[in-house]
Amino acid sequence: MHIVDGALSNPVVIGGAVVAVGGIAMGLKHLPLERIPAAGVLSASFFVASLIHVPIGPSSVHLILNGLAGLVLGWAAFPALFVGLLLQAVFFGFGGLTVLGVNAVNIALPAVLAGLLFRPMVSRGSPLHGAIWGGIGGGVAIAVTTLAVAFSLMLSGDEFAAAAKLVFVAHIPVMAVEALLTGAAIYLARRVKPELFLDAKGGWA
Amino acid sequence: MTYVLTGDDKAISGFGGFRSAITSLDPRMRVVVTVLYAITVVGLSDLRVLSGAMVLSMWLLAISGLPFQKTLKRMAMMDTFIIFMLVLLPFTMPGTPIFTVWGVSASWEGLWRAVEIGLTANAVILAVMTMVGSMEPVTMGHALFALKTPERLVHLMMFTIRYIDVLREEYQRLRTSMKLRAFRPGTNWHTYRSYGYLVGMMLVRAIERSERILAAMKCRGFSGRIVLLDEFRLTRTDLAFAAALCLAMAALVWAEVVYAAA
Repeated sequence: MHIVDGALSNPVVIGGAVVAVGGIAMGLKHLPLERIPAAGVLSASFFVASLIHVPIGPSSVHLILNGLAGLVLGWAAFPALFVGLLLQAVFFGFGGLTVLGVNAVNIALPAVLAGLLFRPMVSRGSPLHGAIWGGIGGGVAIAVTTLAVAFSLMLSGDEFAAAAKLVFVAHIPVMAVEALLTGAAIYLARRVKPELFLDAKGGWA
Repeated sequence: MTYVLTGDDKAISGFGGFRSAITSLDPRMRVVVTVLYAITVVGLSDLRVLSGAMVLSMWLLAISGLPFQKTLKRMAMMDTFIIFMLVLLPFTMPGTPIFTVWGVSASWEGLWRAVEIGLTANAVILAVMTMVGSMEPVTMGHALFALKTPERLVHLMMFTIRYIDVLREEYQRLRTSMKLRAFRPGTNWHTYRSYGYLVGMMLVRAIERSERILAAMKCRGFSGRIVLLDEFRLTRTDLAFAAALCLAMAALVWAEVVYAAA
């Protein structure tokens, strides 16, 4: 899902950076000091979760779980996922430096959207009800991320159109897996620690 | 921090860390120069000039004291992600054909574009890993703070850095207990549900851990300020290094302009 340096055109890179700065500022605004430890530890757990490889048929995919991050963190998911991407680029060599903004927007904006749209449904009703909406949120977030990646590639040049389509088709199974996993994770969290999603006011969102 | 990915021993950068030509330089200067370098290299497009940038990045790696082969291997790992896109490019970009497979022709223009992207991406990421990645993660946080990054973002980053390790160990404990209960991953509902529960359990434990952390921090009078343990100092060596790299970048830009005119 990472785009690398040198592939995108300058307007796309600059636009991505500008939107990312806005998103981070917005996220930090929703992050009071009291919440920083929780956001930091959750950010770290999403980082670790993204290293999990899940089998699909003969192959395996690694998780992104940006939808789950958005559902749990709300706006704070933006800076949290940005930090994850920054650390991945600097210490693992995944992605790039100038494209950090574009990558952050592609991954974190769908997360925030999924959080804003589906969080009310996830926190209401029975755990199963929450899990189903959580699964939908997780799947939608990855779908939007994939579309955003394809879109940033296509904006940069027609020669990427084929690659962009391939990215989308290749990620359809990933969307299904992420939806299932997010749903299951929400189901467990709702049963074990219901207050994780409770504080709608003055909480994360 | 790389051992999180590779499962190696914590060798590359422990507390205190190792010292080499690059690690003794001012972290703030390293961050700024790396960003400048990345922007410069992304702006280049001539393949000869980009090869020059690649050589420069390799030189940075050589003096950084990072393990040579391991770092290159990590860089190659990134290449496996983008290889599909690069292989497709010659076929999707119109231009002078090289050869034709099943009625689809590959163009020279597409091939050169793919090489250009590959060189740019690798030169930049190699410089990032050697100049900034060789830092102690906490030092990077302090350097970013000294460069006026918002305090809360730096806090968030420091917490993430601190707890990646802890949570990875927790993840491995949970995986071990799954293995003890004869869990074997496959493509089935049971696997996905179990992984989902695993992630959910990690989140629940993370939240509970963060409550204890907050209580402990409050107990010690945490007010949200970042206390810098070492003061950064810009020495003459730092300035000389920065000047040398800027000169090299200027040379790259000059070569690009000359080649473009020719």
